[in-house]
Amino acid sequence: MAWFKKDKSGRSADGKRFKIPEGLWLKCDSCKEVIYRKEIEKNAKVCPKCNYHFPISVDERIALILDEGSFKEWDAGLSPMDPLNFKDSARYRDRLKAAQEKTRRREAMVIGEGMINHLPVIIGVFNFSFMGGSMGSVVGEKILRAAERAAERRWPLILVSSSGGARMQEGILSLMQMAKTSAALGRLAEVKVPFFSILTDPTFGGVTASFAMLGDMIIAEPKALIGFAGPRVIEQTIKQQLPEGFQRSEFLMDHGMVDLILERKKLKQTLAKLLAFFSP
Amino acid sequence: MRDFLEFEKPLMEYEEKIEKLKPFAKTDPLIQREIEVIEKKAREVQVEIFAKLTPWQRTQLARHQNRPNTQDYIAFMIHDFVELHGDRLYGDDRAILGGVGIFRNRPVVIIGHQKGKSVKERVDRNFGMPHPEGYRKALRLMKLAEKFMRPVITLIDTPGAYPGIGAEERGQSEAIARNLIEMSRLSVPVIVVVIGEGGSGGALALGVGDRILMLEHSIYSVISPEGCAAILWNNSAKAPDAAEALKMTAQDLLALGVIDEIVPEPVGGAHKDPPQAAEILEKAIENQLVKLDGLKTDDLLEQRYQKFRKMGVFGEEMVP
Repeated sequence: MAWFKKDKSGRSADGKRFKIPEGLWLKCDSCKEVIYRKEIEKNAKVCPKCNYHFPISVDERIALILDEGSFKEWDAGLSPMDPLNFKDSARYRDRLKAAQEKTRRREAMVIGEGMINHLPVIIGVFNFSFMGGSMGSVVGEKILRAAERAAERRWPLILVSSSGGARMQEGILSLMQMAKTSAALGRLAEVKVPFFSILTDPTFGGVTASFAMLGDMIIAEPKALIGFAGPRVIEQTIKQQLPEGFQRSEFLMDHGMVDLILERKKLKQTLAKLLAFFSP
Repeated sequence: MRDFLEFEKPLMEYEEKIEKLKPFAKTDPLIQREIEVIEKKAREVQVEIFAKLTPWQRTQLARHQNRPNTQDYIAFMIHDFVELHGDRLYGDDRAILGGVGIFRNRPVVIIGHQKGKSVKERVDRNFGMPHPEGYRKALRLMKLAEKFMRPVITLIDTPGAYPGIGAEERGQSEAIARNLIEMSRLSVPVIVVVIGEGGSGGALALGVGDRILMLEHSIYSVISPEGCAAILWNNSAKAPDAAEALKMTAQDLLALGVIDEIVPEPVGGAHKDPPQAAEILEKAIENQLVKLDGLKTDDLLEQRYQKFRKMGVFGEEMVP
């Protein structure tokens, strides 16, 4: 669920929270050091002082993983509807419109094909800026299509998650996307095509509790928040403060939940090595 | 006084009247007649109230503390039930109950969330909120069913998977996700019934099957109405509005194509007549099992895959 949306609303890649806008210098969200902007950008948007991984856009993520110019997007026209005619303080339709205008995409998931060191792969990347990367019908359908085509073509599947979980505004249909995407991965496993799940900050709820934890390899970015229930919900339930580092990638690693924690810079080269293991 | 819900108040008043009159009924046939008139009127009012329940009222019925739970349905529907324990990895989660037994002459595995009725039992069952070991126990029992080619019946009744430190440490997400993928390809028939509260991923982790049934006054939702209200309205008192907006009643889910059948309940809800509720449910499950009997495994699995594959509503436009 997108419960932490408010906490981090200023944290999108548009740089709103940075105190020195459009300038040459950036203040790191984590260590508060002021760093030359170019230096951070050259470093895959990772702080050179404290290794904090700034959020990056879908395009930046794709550029980081795939060979230059190899990406071809699929099904960009899949568009959300409003099957419940949902309205809280605002109408779902209006929220969608605002998100579409802000991100200039129709939904919170981009899928397509591309190459990693000349090996073809299928990739899906969440767009956290689009309603907290929440999963509704379109996100589920795109993941299903990516998985089904990966099975057909026998190309490895890579999904990069950053999501608050299932999208409340599509109600039970969002919940069912968990079953739908997991079932599609079941089919992919049957034909023995590998699935790499990459977890970035933050990944929660219905996304973690479905396809994201079903990777043949599960790779997390350093210090990403990853879990089932959000920290606030847990705190309210158990009425205790949560331990330092709770639900961070390193915590998941300690508890045996992820294969690897990889710095962004090492992601592509490591994926390439792993692909070599899996190629026929 | 039996526990009436707020919206059943008119019924409570009739009942009070009847209780007052009863001592005189034996000696006075006129009073006996009067009681009968009131009873008839009460039944009419009850039917009227229940014909137009709001989603929030249904939520209260779905969570009613006397509502028959997994243990009750097993007692009514399953002969020679033997409960089996543990996930063989960590522990035995009492929020999920499962085992083997005979359903209408056929051996089955039956698994369900268990909420408990008394305060003590509720605490013991963690209010029906499982930890990862509960889901892993459920999966172990489903694999047992698969190995010995027995159908699986699951009963859903949970506020959700437990949000706690231990649950996260032991991989709540992974446990739920694992059940989703494994249930989607379990090679025996799976009948899912939402008997009370279907709370989010914690419910769905027992919810992938060939047929999904819901009791008339049960609910099934991506998030609790209270949780939704707290996030989207910034006010958990708006839960009745959220219950409406989320479209979480059995009637809504049938209309959305998510479930296959609504199982009627006795008037006033399953808790007013648990044996009758169980009898109706037993027939509904049997009907569905019979329909799946002749299917080859490949067809069964293909139909199950297609069932979930189709879920969702979206548009598709050409973009340059």
